Amino acid sequence: MPRESRLPVPIRNALPEGRILEDPATRLVYEYDAWSIVRNPPLAVAFPESTAEVRNLVRACIESGVAWTARGAGTCLSGGATPSGGTCLLIETSRMDRILSLDPEDRIAVVQPGRINLELSRAAAPFGLHFAPDPSSQSASTLGGNLAENAGGPHCFKYGMTTDHVLGLTLVDGEGEVCRLHRDDGLDLCGLVVGSEGTFGVLTECELRLIPTPTAVRTFLASFSSMEAACRAVAKIVSSGTVPAALEILDRLSIEAVEASVFAAGYPKGADAVLLVELDGEEDEVEAERIPVLRAVQSEAPLEVEETSDPEQRARLWRGRKGAFGAMGRLKPDLFVLDGVVPPSKLAAVLAEITAIGREQDILLSNVFHAGDGNLHPNLSFDGRNPGERERAMEAGRRILKLCVDAGGSISGEHGIGFEKIEHLSYLFSPTDLEILGEVRRCFDPAERCNPGKVLPLGRACGEGSSARRPGILPSREREDP
Amino acid sequence: MIPTDEPCLSAADPGSPPPPTDLPQDAALEMLRSPYERSLDCVHCGLCLPPCPTYRVSGHESDSPRGRILLIRAMAEGRLSPDDASGWEALDGCLDCRACESACPSGVTYGRILEETRRERPRLARGSLRERSLRFLLDRFIASPRGRKAALEAAVLLRALGLDRLLSRLPVLPGLLRHALSLGRSLPPRSSRRPIPPGLYPAEGPPKARIGLFTGCLMEDFFGNANRAALSLLRRCGLEVLVPSDQGCCGALHLHQGFEEACVRLLERNFAAFEGVDFIVSTAAGCGSTLREAGAIRGNDRACAFSSRVLDLSVCLDRFGPPPRPRAVPLRVVWDDPCHLRHAQGITEEPRRLLRGIPGLRLLEVEASESCCGSAGIYNLRRPETADAILERRLEALLGSGAEAVVTGNPGCQLQIANGLRARRSPLEVFHLAEILERAAGGGETAPKAPALNGSRSSRPA
Repeated sequence: MPRESRLPVPIRNALPEGRILEDPATRLVYEYDAWSIVRNPPLAVAFPESTAEVRNLVRACIESGVAWTARGAGTCLSGGATPSGGTCLLIETSRMDRILSLDPEDRIAVVQPGRINLELSRAAAPFGLHFAPDPSSQSASTLGGNLAENAGGPHCFKYGMTTDHVLGLTLVDGEGEVCRLHRDDGLDLCGLVVGSEGTFGVLTECELRLIPTPTAVRTFLASFSSMEAACRAVAKIVSSGTVPAALEILDRLSIEAVEASVFAAGYPKGADAVLLVELDGEEDEVEAERIPVLRAVQSEAPLEVEETSDPEQRARLWRGRKGAFGAMGRLKPDLFVLDGVVPPSKLAAVLAEITAIGREQDILLSNVFHAGDGNLHPNLSFDGRNPGERERAMEAGRRILKLCVDAGGSISGEHGIGFEKIEHLSYLFSPTDLEILGEVRRCFDPAERCNPGKVLPLGRACGEGSSARRPGILPSREREDP
Repeated sequence: MIPTDEPCLSAADPGSPPPPTDLPQDAALEMLRSPYERSLDCVHCGLCLPPCPTYRVSGHESDSPRGRILLIRAMAEGRLSPDDASGWEALDGCLDCRACESACPSGVTYGRILEETRRERPRLARGSLRERSLRFLLDRFIASPRGRKAALEAAVLLRALGLDRLLSRLPVLPGLLRHALSLGRSLPPRSSRRPIPPGLYPAEGPPKARIGLFTGCLMEDFFGNANRAALSLLRRCGLEVLVPSDQGCCGALHLHQGFEEACVRLLERNFAAFEGVDFIVSTAAGCGSTLREAGAIRGNDRACAFSSRVLDLSVCLDRFGPPPRPRAVPLRVVWDDPCHLRHAQGITEEPRRLLRGIPGLRLLEVEASESCCGSAGIYNLRRPETADAILERRLEALLGSGAEAVVTGNPGCQLQIANGLRARRSPLEVFHLAEILERAAGGGETAPKAPALNGSRSSRPA
């Protein structure tokens, strides 16, 4: 294409020919991730393949005064992988998808950030191991994205979030330096980077913990005629001291959407809510835990209870849950998924209020959520082409998050703040809090060029020009010449 | 709320497109109305990325189903010029394998979105040489029996004279011809290519139903033996088989390239040829898929009635049979799911069930069996490099599986895989499902000669 390049020369020269694209089609398809509200076609899209190439790119961006956003598979639900603005370079890690090492004895895998979550577990399966965090997007989302967002997933109730499975990482920070951070190196800076949504730098390697795949797994599906009953059953299970691997609820609208899709799981269509419970571990452990689970479920007069340990049947039951988000496309062209958290004991009450907000804003609202840890995912389905509908969805979202905070919860469980919730940070943090958090971030990225405008409001660095970074604050830094 | 101006960024803003809330309205939208409406089911979740073979090769979003849908939507919304080369480059790059449809929770009808958009191309964008030459190739050499025969004879002649190798070394030769010559070298020998004479063939025993056998173009000319085996198997299952003389090309390749009206014309002819049979059986997944979609494409009662009677060979044998399989076939085989069987028709179990019932045969499962082999109609001629990269991934899995043979159900796949294996000097053989089943049934004159099955991999010196 004999188009004139808009790219500054240093960026154009940072990668081998053909790995930076700026044609209209490429710029268009990278304008947003799985959160559709804000769209910014990037300046260009770069496809690095190694840490050194990322470092060269970042240094070229610094030299040219251009900001950058890193992206994996673009499955983020809060705009984390949406370009920060039209003058931003998008660094796409899809070509950095190798497993650099997999040590079954130490149960450690080192991967490049573009590796797909599920494909790491697949590679570890022959050794009886897997990577525990299982966001619903795990068949597509990348580990780099999972780390950046500190992704969760149904099984995080028992096994912890992504950060609990990260042992170390390599990052090209906001000054173009390669930092290798490890959990054992004094201050846990590695933990600080996980969940920073790409605002500290671009991840180029991830050292991850693999865990043994449980020998016994049992999945229960219980359907209820009311959402309250399903929530009460969850509260009873949690308070019995049992720690199921997962506790998930889908409401009526979600059930109908997935049952109409290729992910149809055989959920009873007349039910108001279905509850998925999974127990795993050793055979006797699972056997002991199933009694209190069944007792809790039975006490809430379920319509139906299905119990299975057959791998195929279990996969079927989970299929509907994993496909629920995408299946919402059957309802309306646009979707806005929220990610609020409330104490599990308040689930039923909060859900009732959420339903009321949906009705008041006249927005089609469905719920799929991690009931065990009170992580709600209200899905707001709308048609952005109709005047006012997008605004009403945004307003419903704002009110729901406020409601979660007022109930003693938080605005985000696992999807990240991104662009989406940046305004809502004030429900949780004072301006001073935010200023301090900004200071922390500027230790890694003094000029605020890494994914600016996500997680934290833009600080002073941009407008006022920032002081240079305090020297020596980060350990294990390696200066590498280009 | 969102930072719109970033004072620290120095490069000039290229200018953002109009906000997506604008109701799209203009000529492009009118032409793309149907694909646009279909595209609204997509919520951009990204689950279609990993199964997309072209995305796996390049890692570019524009080579993914989600990206292509966004491009089509942008064209309809007036945010991307229908004349933009980069947009069509991305849309042309699609294999139309429809693996994305199997992964899509929203049931986006991607195949139709793509085909309908390609259909509108001549009205949307300035006509290109590429367009005309593709059309010429399809009309003269694929859909026309005479052209097909001529091309085939030319390839055989070149091979016999040893000229094909010489020619393919010529640097001036376009990639398409070079690739076609290479595929020609993987053609089965003449003895395996004999077509079936048209006519009515009686069932063995009292007839359960009357089948119309759709013999296809490539199937008939390249893999006549597989069609003969299919005929024999159907008869063994107690089915009467009509091979109509006036049947013709199904138009699948035309449809995939966007030449929908040509496809419809070809389909109409087959509607007439297959009047009066209970079922129409296809031995090629690609043809079967188009025949089964004829109703949706044409939208009238006659087409719908036709479509609802179309069965893939494996489904028909599974339903009315299974055929007897008294003879052991001691082979470790992999069933290679053709995309237009697995993704377009949702058929995975029937062929496996038929194979598992063969004594002595061991059916292996390999990774990525759901992924395209890169043949995709004439994709391997249009984009040989991408097709080779896609094939590579498939071959890795096949070669690492310990299988002795690959069994498939589509001529393009059979040729493509055989060609890849030949290039790697692999001893793996490639068969059509019907060939293996007929061998197990103790096939006589129509069956390949034992012990060396004359599959598509030619061991015959050129």
